[in-house]
Amino acid sequence: MRVRINLAALKQTHWHEYLTRFLLGGAITLASGLVARHFGPVIGGLFLAFPAIFPAQATLIEKHEREKKRRAGIPRTLRGRLAAALDARGAATGSVALAAFGLVTWKYLPGNNAVGILAAALAAWLALAVLLWRARKFHVYRWSGRARR
Amino acid sequence: MELAERFLLGGLIVSVFAVAGDVLRPKGFAGLFGAAPSVALATLGLTLFTEGKDYAAVEARSMIFGAGALLVYSLACLYFLAKQRRRTTPTTLTMLVVWFMCAFGCWSVFLK
Repeated sequence: MRVRINLAALKQTHWHEYLTRFLLGGAITLASGLVARHFGPVIGGLFLAFPAIFPAQATLIEKHEREKKRRAGIPRTLRGRLAAALDARGAATGSVALAAFGLVTWKYLPGNNAVGILAAALAAWLALAVLLWRARKFHVYRWSGRARR
Repeated sequence: MELAERFLLGGLIVSVFAVAGDVLRPKGFAGLFGAAPSVALATLGLTLFTEGKDYAAVEARSMIFGAGALLVYSLACLYFLAKQRRRTTPTTLTMLVVWFMCAFGCWSVFLK
């Protein structure tokens, strides 16, 4: 399946939903800084991978899917929950790549150019996330037996 | 002032990754952005200026274990949403307990 950009999806999101995510993102970044200040960087660092906006994002996905089905004349559907589950599966894959981001930063930040290392860590996150996503598709493809056809 | 900068930068970077997750298809691929290093970029970026590289590196090491906790959290959400067909908001919020247990479990075993 090819990755594509669907700009029309932006219209589905209301301004207060953007605001909610902005506030949640700001709040968790602030909280992680305060936790690090009070309890030290070892505990503070844990919160760099806190699922801050995942609940809001998954709820939004479920709501949009439900609305789409309601407009199509289907009042009750599990499609929204399944779409949110798909998001959770993507987040599980992304979390492995997030560990790679942390590993690159931890190992190479001291003694190197900070901006360069953060950029490299971000590139490592994206590359590994895409690779794992592709590998998962290949795995499903093989197990479904279609590869033999 | 520093707290306000942290809040604004965090909100901005998280929003950018969230919008990327909104517009990208298929949904499974967009889900990758649910575990984007948005909070990490904002926090580490500011920490580098205020505390230095060694302090930021220690935070990054802990983040690896936080990411492990995020993996368990995401899989728990996946199980309860896809298999048990539970409602999204209560499930994703309740499962935060799993994240805390895993993250602080790792801290007490590996980092304390």
